Amino acid sequence: MSGLIELKGVSKTFPRSRKGGEPVHAVRDVDLSVEAGEIVGIVGYSGAGKSTLVRLINALEPTTSGSLVVDGTDLTTLSERRLQKVRLDIGMIFQQFNLLQSRTVWGNIAYPLEVAKVPRAEHQRRISELLHFVGLADKAHAWPEELSGGQKQRVGIARALATSPKILLADEATSALDPETTVEVLRLLKRVNTELGITIVVITHEMDVVKTIADRVVVMEEGRIVEQGPVFDIFSRPQEPATRRFVATLVDAVPDAVALDGLRRNHAGRLLTLSFTDDSVSQSAVFAEIIERGVEFELVFGGIEDVRGRAFGHLTLELRGDAAAVDAAVTAVSALVETTEVE
Amino acid sequence: MDRVWELRPEFVEGLLVTLRLAAAGLVIGGAIGLVIGTGLYISRSRGILPSRPVSLVLNLLVNIMRPIPFVLILIVLQPVSRWFGISGISEGHALVTVVFGSAFGIARIVEQNLVAVDPGVLEAARAMGASRWRVIWSVLLPEARGSLILGYTYALVAIVDMTTLAGIIGVHSLGYVALTYGLRQFDWTVTAVAILIIIVIVQIGQFAGNAWARKVLRR
Repeated sequence: MSGLIELKGVSKTFPRSRKGGEPVHAVRDVDLSVEAGEIVGIVGYSGAGKSTLVRLINALEPTTSGSLVVDGTDLTTLSERRLQKVRLDIGMIFQQFNLLQSRTVWGNIAYPLEVAKVPRAEHQRRISELLHFVGLADKAHAWPEELSGGQKQRVGIARALATSPKILLADEATSALDPETTVEVLRLLKRVNTELGITIVVITHEMDVVKTIADRVVVMEEGRIVEQGPVFDIFSRPQEPATRRFVATLVDAVPDAVALDGLRRNHAGRLLTLSFTDDSVSQSAVFAEIIERGVEFELVFGGIEDVRGRAFGHLTLELRGDAAAVDAAVTAVSALVETTEVE
Repeated sequence: MDRVWELRPEFVEGLLVTLRLAAAGLVIGGAIGLVIGTGLYISRSRGILPSRPVSLVLNLLVNIMRPIPFVLILIVLQPVSRWFGISGISEGHALVTVVFGSAFGIARIVEQNLVAVDPGVLEAARAMGASRWRVIWSVLLPEARGSLILGYTYALVAIVDMTTLAGIIGVHSLGYVALTYGLRQFDWTVTAVAILIIIVIVQIGQFAGNAWARKVLRR
């Protein structure tokens, strides 16, 4: 256990903001370990504490208690001056990009180099290298307002990478972008990870983002980590209610009361949800069992998602035919996959 | 109009005194105001360097000084100037007073414009390893520069107004020309010409300020 980022029992409490108010426990007793080279997605609703958590990692906010070790250094004991040095090794990008309006693209990327006291003579080489990496070589002298959202975020990424950090923190980095631009930016982040070997912590409320780039997912609720694990495992077998809700935004599971109401209007037969949570079971084998028994079926709800080439999902079938045959089909299918009767 | 022609030397002197006083108010008072205004902003409870005592003292100071009518500051500060060996009815005293008056007025303008700077940009700079002081001079002030220019331009009108009032204690600004040769000698034209010159000064200042701000803001 010596991850690049190690949090042990970390809490953050903000003092009450006004008299009579309550102190806010933004982060409660969090244990988190991030290995070098991985991409970790932290998901949670707004107010779950994920933004605070990420600001503890680069010490923009001091922890209230617990131990926080980044790259072998305990940040909780460092002076502000030493923390400034640490932050040069941790890049950060933001939902609203936070580009300096008083500087061009070039000037924005030069800023961290100035802070790091990189000699002026080296700026030219480093900045053009970064601009090429993010695909904005022709925009060096553009002002921030002349860029699209996706371009602004790419400048943000170039700026965050300027001092060659080991870690990149992405705070809702794609939440202000349209779906197409989101894909572009995520692809760039993936390259940051694979080509430059930079460890990335992504904060988001969009499960799509996690699915696309994360290796591991951490679910937060009310300041606590409620569930964490490899993306496929969490997506295919979510345990906690919060996790289930998030996964449901991506793929339909067992139809809920509202969905069932709609289904019942058109489908009078027996409804059965098949949960494919292990990619070792083939769908065709399952369907063959039903067909063999002379039972008719129709797919009425659900979906299959692919995570890095591994499929999972939930399919709700309407089964029609002789009652005994349907019973036999359900029994046979239940031996192969997890099934839920929908009533 | 003949009388105005005769008073040419007085008008020229009045113009020069007004310009000198206004420049001092804008530059020296502006610099002091920038420091006080930045102090007001950064010491706020969620500011860059929060400090309750500093915030309280600065706010109290500005709130006490700002409501005093300028004519009365001119008079009430006379003993202070005399203490430093400056005559209480001299241009030197007017200069001290204009600087004093503009500093506190500008402090609030500066504070307002700094509040409007996106806090996300300040946070980004800190995340890049900048110290708090560095954030102030390399991000906060440059990000606010365009609106600060407009704020100072706005302050210019009030400062020119102050130089006029300095005429009351006998400092030879355009206000003095208007009061002495216009008001007291019942010559409406002289007063009108003095006003006209003041309008021109303010127009030029406003035009220059707007143009500069437009260049900085790129809109």
